Amino acid sequence: MNNFLLLPIIIPFFFGMILLFGQKSLRFQRGGAMIGLIISFACAVALLFKVKNDGVQTVTFGGWPEPFGITMVSDMVSALLVTTTLLLAIFIVWYGFNSIGTAREHFYYYPAIMMILTGVNGAFTTGDIFNLFVFFEVLLMASYVLIVLGGTKKQLAGSIKYILINVISSALFVISVAYLYSVVGTLNMADIALKIAEVNQPGIITTIAVLFLLVFGLKAAIFPLYFWLPTSYAAAPPPVLALFGALLTKVGVYAIMRTYTLFFIHDLSYTHELLLWLSVLTIIAGCIGALAYFDIKQIIIYNIVIAVGVILFGVAQMNEDGLTGAMFYLIHDMIIKAALFMLIGIIVYKTGTTDLRKMGGLMRSSPVLGWFYLIAAFGLAGIPPLSGFVGKLLIAKGGFEAGNLGTSIFILASSLLVLLSVIRIFIYAFWGEEQPTKPILSKKQTTQLFIPTAIVIIISIAYGVGAEWLTPFMNDAGKTLADPSIYIDAVFKGE
Amino acid sequence: MKTNDMIIQFTAKIVFFIIFFFAIHIFLAGHYTPGGGFVGGLLASSAIVLLVLAFDIKTVRTVIPVNYTTLIGIGLLLALATAAFPMFKGDPFFTHYFDYFTLPLIGKTSLHTAMLFDTGVFLVVVGVTMTIIQTIGEDE
Repeated sequence: MNNFLLLPIIIPFFFGMILLFGQKSLRFQRGGAMIGLIISFACAVALLFKVKNDGVQTVTFGGWPEPFGITMVSDMVSALLVTTTLLLAIFIVWYGFNSIGTAREHFYYYPAIMMILTGVNGAFTTGDIFNLFVFFEVLLMASYVLIVLGGTKKQLAGSIKYILINVISSALFVISVAYLYSVVGTLNMADIALKIAEVNQPGIITTIAVLFLLVFGLKAAIFPLYFWLPTSYAAAPPPVLALFGALLTKVGVYAIMRTYTLFFIHDLSYTHELLLWLSVLTIIAGCIGALAYFDIKQIIIYNIVIAVGVILFGVAQMNEDGLTGAMFYLIHDMIIKAALFMLIGIIVYKTGTTDLRKMGGLMRSSPVLGWFYLIAAFGLAGIPPLSGFVGKLLIAKGGFEAGNLGTSIFILASSLLVLLSVIRIFIYAFWGEEQPTKPILSKKQTTQLFIPTAIVIIISIAYGVGAEWLTPFMNDAGKTLADPSIYIDAVFKGE
Repeated sequence: MKTNDMIIQFTAKIVFFIIFFFAIHIFLAGHYTPGGGFVGGLLASSAIVLLVLAFDIKTVRTVIPVNYTTLIGIGLLLALATAAFPMFKGDPFFTHYFDYFTLPLIGKTSLHTAMLFDTGVFLVVVGVTMTIIQTIGEDE
């Protein structure tokens, strides 16, 4: 019996409750949030090494026998994601201290952040498909609060669309789980995998697989279902946007990854072929969006869509290289998206506009910001030795191994468009004539914002340069994804 | 002419107690018969809503001086504490314990820690319902 893997979920939950009290004390709210995050991050790191040394960790609630209770499973995939989530949360909350505004901080901003982390970590860790739904709702409820908190007109308009689309996709999720339950008669993920393997995935299961792709695709913003993302995300204030951009769509990606490597693996020529083409279309749609806008928020938001496509392309290969690459790229993308949203937050706070054409010459007034932005932009595009390189290389290698020659070359070529889209920001905002600015925050405040941002960028550089040290972890994750029996045996270890 | 709501106020005072005790009954009966923390909580808050209808929000706040947001926090903490307690004993999260006790007056009774979890649910449901109704009711 091993409850340790629950700590990264329980501790943010506990601190979220504690922060419901003492609403008016800024010091209590900020201090409590920070202490909670640091403790849970420490636990997550310890868990990561425990999973590395002792293999997959599981616990079934209430000591019930395996398929009957809710099982929580922490394999390398989930341990890595949980650790990254909490690490980024520390810096995003720090970034929020100087930019979110005391009115929001007095109105349950920190409890909402803690609840969102509970939901995200829970969704990464759970081994029960309905429990996954519950954790999705936990994180979505908290994200509704965060997106609308402050109540400006833009936020209200963005949140209506966001809530509507998520309510619909949650209803679809319940319907898909109901279909799956009526076919296999179980909700435990390992048990579902066994039952599907027994009946060898008849047509109805493939239909359910596509339904799940629809549900998680709505959450993760894949090709025909990404339409809600740009307007709703643009409504959120920068720290919240950084949190959403780094975490929320990745939970959908993780759910697709999990279901498509654990359950639906007996009709690859249909399900994974579909996933492959959808991911290619996602990248095309994302590139068009990222190049079309002069709004810096929109450019980075469309880059989320591109990254989702790249990761799912890796998942669709269904071989160890592709899956390891997808893991590498997933973690890289969480870090770099947080960094980029924090950076453009600073640019917006400095210039008072999101329109690229009204900016210019920032290099003269803030050169350090410019160089850090350039590094982050190169990291996003995957220029070696920065962080995006290894993941995309492995994804392309997996693609070649699986015989998808044309699409793999397309993935590599899309990096150029990604680079172009982010370098446009650099050229417009940092080069050229200095433009008149209307700073939203004082110079001292923007300097304080820059510290957590710089640390996140340094983490991303370390992630790229230190890929060698991370490889054992990533290989473990890739192995668990490529071979579902590791997961299933870990859950049913008693028998 | 000023309207006189004597009858509804008088009836509400009596009916409040009937509903409230029924809520407690439903809440306690949850383990063996239909009921439990969620319905119990909803019924209890409907009793308070009846008072709000008969009087007004300000009066009810002086009669029941509870900060409902704090109530949510307390309920959540109680639920988490019940679920997390087994961790300190080395059992899996959410393990429940029960035993038979001989209590004065009632006699031999089975007590179960699921009850404490349900109390948490009860408090959260009352807190959430009343927060929603109060916030909308006070909005100008």
